[in-house]
Amino acid sequence: MGLMSRTARTIFLGELVSGMALTLRYMFRPKVTINYPYEKGPLSPRFRGEHALRRYPNGEERCISCKLCEAICPAQAITIEGEPRTDGSRRTSRYDIDMTKCIYCGFCQEACPVDAIVEGPNFEYSTETREELLYDKQKLLANGERWETEIGERLAADAPYR
Amino acid sequence: MAEFLEFWNAYLWPVLWIIIKIVLIVVPVLLGVAYLTYAERKVIGAMHLRKGPNVVGPFGLLQPIADGLKLFLKETIIPTRANRGVFILAPCLTFILALIGWAVIPFGEGVVLADINVGVLYLFAISSLGVYGILMAGWAGNSKYSFLGGLRSAAQMVSYEVSMGFVIITVLLCVGSLNLTDIVMAQKSVWFVIPLLPMAVIFFISTLAETNRHPFDLPEAEAELVTGFNVEYSAMPFALFFLGEYANMILMASLTTILFLGGWLPPMDIIPFTWVPGPVWFALKIAAVLFVFLWVRATFPRYRYDQLMRLGWKVFLPVSLAAVVVVSGVLMAFGLAPGSAG
Repeated sequence: MGLMSRTARTIFLGELVSGMALTLRYMFRPKVTINYPYEKGPLSPRFRGEHALRRYPNGEERCISCKLCEAICPAQAITIEGEPRTDGSRRTSRYDIDMTKCIYCGFCQEACPVDAIVEGPNFEYSTETREELLYDKQKLLANGERWETEIGERLAADAPYR
Repeated sequence: MAEFLEFWNAYLWPVLWIIIKIVLIVVPVLLGVAYLTYAERKVIGAMHLRKGPNVVGPFGLLQPIADGLKLFLKETIIPTRANRGVFILAPCLTFILALIGWAVIPFGEGVVLADINVGVLYLFAISSLGVYGILMAGWAGNSKYSFLGGLRSAAQMVSYEVSMGFVIITVLLCVGSLNLTDIVMAQKSVWFVIPLLPMAVIFFISTLAETNRHPFDLPEAEAELVTGFNVEYSAMPFALFFLGEYANMILMASLTTILFLGGWLPPMDIIPFTWVPGPVWFALKIAAVLFVFLWVRATFPRYRYDQLMRLGWKVFLPVSLAAVVVVSGVLMAFGLAPGSAG
């Protein structure tokens, strides 16, 4: 650009006016906002949200208390105690996840040999107290029951890539 | 009884009438302030492809009321090491000065609280005093951030007032009066924005700096000064600053309207336009100017401090000074000056 036209652009605020024209055009574009609690964005089947302990279709707990998840957990958020049940099978007597420690890396569900512990699609579980985030086995199993349909679909959708 | 009637007619009623008129001005101004914050969030939201507030009430229209209520109910925190008197006085001063300017603004032909002959000077003085509120707030909080914010604001307002003054002088040269009503009536044939376009642009940019708006919002530069001079304020004192700033914005927009956009005059003196009453035109023009305020905020990044000073002193001051000479020269050469033989 020659000196003349450059100077003219400066004096007539060319850059500023073209910038303002741009923002004015954008003002009439459709909005990208999602009305969050009423509308939600799509979630990947691999989204790692709130944990859940699953059961077999016959109602038996999947978890065999192998403690692989406890071992791999980089945040050491998982605490497991296990003992043989009266029928001789090994099951957990205690399965706690400290959700305030968890970093949602998903290593626990990768480590699990029986797909018992999974991270579900739920991310809306904020609480009013800290204690409510210290999940025990009962809470995790309840999550499993509540989210089983979604979890099953997500596992099926992701299966071809594993 | 007759004595009382005389007393009523002579003293009580005029006072009461003035109070009624003040309320009639202040209430719409404060409502305007409330909905200016709403409009700001909506307009900037739209330019960011967002929706803006839309939950409280239909289209979020009750949002400013909810915000005001929230600030009203919060605790007023006064820092231990603050100078209590000045700390409390500063927001009051800002708020009062922002409202007091409205006394001379003509909303229509003869619709003005105080039709004084030095209206422009009065407005200019009031807007200059506004810097004291900010300076006091910055100093009284006893915090380095608010202090720096106050200093920046003072320097900025002083710088831009100079060129604003010269721009106003060019308008006054064309009118030959300091009375705001006369200034509007002088624009009956053509609004001053057309013959004095460069001056109008300089004036508008200076009002941005004067009201500490983007892109000259250095005093409250969030990223550097954590909101600047008002960082120590909370609850109602903060709300007063907020109201004061936005009332100042509306005041400056109305001053721009009066000086350059023909005040309450309709755009053309023909039938469908003249049906609309003057105050409505006035409000519409203020709204248009305020929209540009918001538009500018959504568009431009903040100026650096030295750029701000350079623009004020090295660009606007010489240009507006030259404009005074050119305008008066043209007026004299063509015999257009008001009061000249013609």
